[in-house]
Amino acid sequence: MSKDIRIKKGLDIKLVGAAQKELKNAAAGQFYTIRPEDFHSIIPKLVAREGTKVKAGETLFYNKSIEAMKFVAPVSGEVVEVVRGPRRRVDAIRILADSAQEAINHGAFNLSGASPGDLKAHLLASGCWPFIKQRPYDVVADPAKEPKAIFISAYATAPLAADLDFTLAGKEAELQAAVTALGMLTTGKVHIGVGKNANSPLSNLSGVEKHLVSGPHPSGNVGTLINKIDPINKGETVWTVAAQDLVIIGELLLTGVFNPERTVALAGSAVSSPRYFKTKIGAPLSTFIYDDGVEKGANHRIISGNVLSGKQVGEEGVLDFYSNVVTAIPEGDDYEFFGWNKPVFDKISSSRALTFSWLQPKKKYDLDTNTNGEHRAFVVTGIYEDVFPLDMYPMQLLKACMYNDLDEMEALGMYEVAPEDFALTEFICVSKQPHQSIIRTGLDLMLKEIG
Amino acid sequence: MSLKDKLHVIKQRYAGTKMAPAFNALHTFLYTPNEVTHNGTHVKAVDDLKRTMNTVIIALVPCLIFGMYNAGYQHYLAQGAIDKASGFLGASFWTIDNLIIGAWTILPLVVVSYGVGLAVEFLFAIIKGHEVEEGYLVTGMLVPLIVPVDIPLWMLAVAVIFGVVIGKEVFGGTGMNILNPALTIRAFLFFAYPTWMSGDKVWVHGAVERDQMIAAGATNLDAMSGETILGAYAQNKTLAYDYWDMFWGIIPGSVGETSKFLIIIGALFLIFTKIGSWRIIVSTLIGALAMGLVFNAVVDAGIISDTSKFYGLMSVPFWQHLIIGSILFGAVYMATDPVSAAQTNKGKWIYGFLIGFISIMIRVFNPAYPEGVFLAILLMNVFAPTIDHYVVQGNVKQRMKRLKVKTA
Repeated sequence: MSKDIRIKKGLDIKLVGAAQKELKNAAAGQFYTIRPEDFHSIIPKLVAREGTKVKAGETLFYNKSIEAMKFVAPVSGEVVEVVRGPRRRVDAIRILADSAQEAINHGAFNLSGASPGDLKAHLLASGCWPFIKQRPYDVVADPAKEPKAIFISAYATAPLAADLDFTLAGKEAELQAAVTALGMLTTGKVHIGVGKNANSPLSNLSGVEKHLVSGPHPSGNVGTLINKIDPINKGETVWTVAAQDLVIIGELLLTGVFNPERTVALAGSAVSSPRYFKTKIGAPLSTFIYDDGVEKGANHRIISGNVLSGKQVGEEGVLDFYSNVVTAIPEGDDYEFFGWNKPVFDKISSSRALTFSWLQPKKKYDLDTNTNGEHRAFVVTGIYEDVFPLDMYPMQLLKACMYNDLDEMEALGMYEVAPEDFALTEFICVSKQPHQSIIRTGLDLMLKEIG
Repeated sequence: MSLKDKLHVIKQRYAGTKMAPAFNALHTFLYTPNEVTHNGTHVKAVDDLKRTMNTVIIALVPCLIFGMYNAGYQHYLAQGAIDKASGFLGASFWTIDNLIIGAWTILPLVVVSYGVGLAVEFLFAIIKGHEVEEGYLVTGMLVPLIVPVDIPLWMLAVAVIFGVVIGKEVFGGTGMNILNPALTIRAFLFFAYPTWMSGDKVWVHGAVERDQMIAAGATNLDAMSGETILGAYAQNKTLAYDYWDMFWGIIPGSVGETSKFLIIIGALFLIFTKIGSWRIIVSTLIGALAMGLVFNAVVDAGIISDTSKFYGLMSVPFWQHLIIGSILFGAVYMATDPVSAAQTNKGKWIYGFLIGFISIMIRVFNPAYPEGVFLAILLMNVFAPTIDHYVVQGNVKQRMKRLKVKTA
């Protein structure tokens, strides 16, 4: 049943450098890279060895535990390097792109005539399955498990997030194909959360349960949507798909081609002219970050993703598999004289202890990467609850993860969370604890022990 | 090279050595470190533990300064050298002579408290190889405020060592303690040196010394007395002070806990800055009022008559309990210590209420020492994890019920 969701707990982090709604095509890159680490807990079995020529959409590696789950190349070209880490772990697969691109065509998929099993097999073989993630454990979905519902959040509230109304404009056909297909994969409903005041391309899809969401971040997190609409109990599974990934799935179903093109926002205070670029998954960031963007070699941090949950990649990095924003902010590797004692006007604070961000809630801040204090044990209590809208006790859950008490983690609601749900509690943490990392380790332990 | 660069060079030199925590403690006192974020969020809010502790210290400074003036005032008043001050702005209170006595007696307490306490913390940090943590910044300020003004410095030093080691370091340092360290220090003093912590003499500077001189044979000296409000009530005596004296704080007592007016200002500051938990403060006061009402009802019902030794304290009007003794100081500064208090918001209401309730109960029934706040807080520190456990269990049961409804 359609439910309107108003989130009261949370914090909107307003930053300088929001992307202007102008679209440019990123230059075609020379090397495209896929990193298996983007797919957490998947162990890759390499298919395309060094020297192999691949077409776009051709298998590079598959999931060691589930052979049918293929991971494909975003471009056609030659696999020039397979970067290995410790114990011959595959860290990256670099492809030298062809000047003339060729793609594998699976043919358009007839949704009305197919069975769910056929659809699953098609998605697995075409490389689109990794877009479908699951809760619990926040990993790529297990195709053998039946989800009780599928959730999509089309309301982007993360700091400097790409505006989905702009990036997905005109893609209604692909979105509809994707959600119709997803509807076939579950006996439950496909829930979509759209912003209350927005005109989203996902607002008028059929066969879905639409929910109007309002409130500060993390109201846009899919975890918040799940908790408010149909919380996950022990033994249940829920699948989640990001809105921008629906387009790629839809295009595969309609045209038969795996087209990894994305409209990505380049944002942040270190970018001179933040705007949107059309590029591909795995594209080198150097193809678009310098174009009236960041200064080459300056002391900044380039993040594939947003400032709360993204990955630090540097100027030589690539766009990772799931992100649709690249953020550049200044590094904060300098000392601050009496930083703990002075009144502060230019940083965000959750208290009012000689800090003044509470006076200007709409102000945009230029934050850097300084930790603003040292790592300590948990001391202050009651503050995480102010930015954590899920019906759980965040600090008790973090502590249970830290001392590896699986029963307590389960009892406190670990099945429902993903690390990104703890990004805000990590942001305001007075003790500078690594919340997302603690939750990720906890989820991995549960995945290993409980499965 | 600037100071910042020079210290950076020295820090590199000390990195990884045994003395690194000691140097880093001093370095981070002057400069917030140049550490950047790694995995997780790339930006962080500006609040850190030092800023939090600093806010509490700011809230305590008015009590400290008032305490210094009060120490001098009570001393001269007991000697008969000055007149009683008429109110908060009374001329005989805010004099330089009072301040000189007060500073001379109280500043050494502050120096010993911080000096010995931080020395113990530094020692533990160097031995165990972790950084010196900020917990003692607040404890060190609280301790001089809750002791009698003439306490011997060696006694304070011993108590501080006990409190920091047993109350905190043995459990793992800041964030791991079960008991409030300042109250552990106070409890040690109370049980190890009881004659110094109770009675009529210890609350006024010079009174104990005067008694010793009289006992040694000096004949021209009068005895000084500084009976506290609670002391008077406990002996069923009439009071020498009125309500306004008690509220402004121009009465004998521990160094920093007499001025309810300044404590309330400190409380408002702590609540405004979101550093002190308003839930704990409000619920403690409600608990205290509740117990006061119970006692008043007992007296009204005639169960306790004016021949009983409890009559004095039980018949204190219930609201007056808040402005006598250290319940207000305890509610605002001691009960709100986040590590030893209940950690869930619901738990904080129960925790605070029981502290207030039990404080007044101990205050009335305690035969030797008419105050119970620190004992009540220490007791509830021990029970805080239990309170939290049941609150969290409520949440767990709700989740399990949701599962049962689903599978039913």
